[in-house]
Amino acid sequence: MQTDRDPVTAHRAIEVEGLHKSFGALEVLKGIDFSVERGEVVCVIGPSGSGKSTLLRCVNLLEEPTAGRVTVAGTEVTDPDVDIDRVRRRIGMVFQSFNLFPHLTALENLTIAQRRVLRRDRAAAERVARANLERVGLSDKEAAYPAQLSGGQQQRVAIARALSMEPELMLFDEPTSALDPELVGDVLAVMRGLAQDGMTMLVVTHEMSFAREVADRVVFMDAGIIVEQGVPERVIADPQHERTRTFLARVLDPAAAGISEATEAEAPPGDQREP
Amino acid sequence: MPLSRRKRARLFRGVQYAVLAAAVLVFALVADWGTLRHAFFDIEVAKALFPDIITTALVNTVKYTLLGFGFGLGLGLVLALMRLSQVPPYRWLAVVYIEFFRGVPALLVFIALGFGVPLAFEVALDMNITVMLSLGLVGAAYMAETIRAGIQAVPKGQTEAARSLGMSSGRAMRSIVIPQAFRIVLPPLTNELILLTKDSSLVYLLGLSLGQFELANFGRDALNEHKSLTPILIAGLLYLVITLPLGHLVRRLEARTAKAR
Ligand SMILES: Nc1ncnc2c1ncn2[C@@H]1O[C@H](COP(=O)(O)OP(=O)(O)O)[C@@H](O)[C@H]1O
Ligand SMILES: [Mg+2]
Repeated sequence: MQTDRDPVTAHRAIEVEGLHKSFGALEVLKGIDFSVERGEVVCVIGPSGSGKSTLLRCVNLLEEPTAGRVTVAGTEVTDPDVDIDRVRRRIGMVFQSFNLFPHLTALENLTIAQRRVLRRDRAAAERVARANLERVGLSDKEAAYPAQLSGGQQQRVAIARALSMEPELMLFDEPTSALDPELVGDVLAVMRGLAQDGMTMLVVTHEMSFAREVADRVVFMDAGIIVEQGVPERVIADPQHERTRTFLARVLDPAAAGISEATEAEAPPGDQREP
Repeated sequence: MPLSRRKRARLFRGVQYAVLAAAVLVFALVADWGTLRHAFFDIEVAKALFPDIITTALVNTVKYTLLGFGFGLGLGLVLALMRLSQVPPYRWLAVVYIEFFRGVPALLVFIALGFGVPLAFEVALDMNITVMLSLGLVGAAYMAETIRAGIQAVPKGQTEAARSLGMSSGRAMRSIVIPQAFRIVLPPLTNELILLTKDSSLVYLLGLSLGQFELANFGRDALNEHKSLTPILIAGLLYLVITLPLGHLVRRLEARTAKAR
């Protein structure tokens, strides 16, 4: 058994042990054990309501776990004595609904936490902010307010905002689910770039092609437990569990997947697949 | 033969115009124009009011209103935050305060502060302080509820985004939630300012000295002097000079908010 003093555990980006979460009588997470290594990209898939968002939100304590232990980069966040604001600085989070601050420009969205939390002066904060806006391809939008940006642009600003805190890992909760289909690509391209640069990423997504291409590991969740996990080739292309197969058959339409072997076994009748 | 619906409507409108015309005619014939003109718009009386009605009365009305509004806004924000506090006693205190001051007549508060406090505690409060407290204590109760609603109207995702960037709950409130809440409540707060402008006339109860007169008091004083309603009419018009533009501003702010949604 590993303890949190164990050097292996201490070096893991995320370590989740025996995590339970209930909302009143509703048990949403029913004992989750899993970990994310530094530099690893893990995609979490699963039907809606299976507890994916709750799991992600337990990692940075937006939700308080009912039981279990969550350790982020060697700091146990479930320890009641830990300064959670300090830990959250090191964890970037990107939401399905962007949650940009509408009263601030794109640049100010990126500088406010740097200045108020990290106490950087304006010039330093703006330098970091501009570099990150450039990284997501939106240098020309620094003076725009969120309402003046498309959904895809807003989500890229939200990613740049999280990056401006120079986090050790990033959490993404269905970052492209609220976007028009034609805007999804730009956001995924930014995320692909991040993965290539070695960022540790935990991504809840329904984009199977992204998971297949970018993830080191895919975790399939259903009804509050992890049903199976492994490299994408195995989980997406050759799922071991019936529940995984049923789920994949539903989400994998030929346009999104572009992969034949994925749905071979469990393809619903009439499913059009590429050769 | 029954009339068509359209004809009946036209006839009905015709009757209404006829009644109106008759009323105007009767009024014009029986009215004593000389007396009326002296009562409502005596040019000599009007001239005598200026410039003091502007330089003293209007200025004081604006000053008292702003004093009460500023204090009420600050206290209202504190009460709103108490109302939303995780600590139950703060919530109870805020609720009791708000219900009390919304439930009693403002007049009573003025009497309590203007006469009650000096008599009971044998202190003479500065007039500006008394005015600020009287207007602000009541205004704060209304503004607290408005601000609380504004804070609650800011989506939860805003706080979550702020917290996930490492902001403390207080910092998230100050930098992210409150600025957005104020944008939301700007129209109702401006309405509150209009109400306070009119309520500032209640300071008349406090027994002001000449230089402290605001519009209502000034008008009343001039009424006694000139035996004419002209000062009251002009004081009323000067209130409109303040309240009508503010009302216009409220409508523009509301239109802007509606467009931003
Ligand atoms: N704050 C909450 N209060 C009550 N129930 C919640 C709350 N958040 C999530 N849930 C419930 O928990 C379950 C899992 O939600 P969620 O983690 O968002 O699932 P997913 O992200 O996989 O769709 C759902 O049934 C949802 O209704
Ligand atoms: Mg979700």
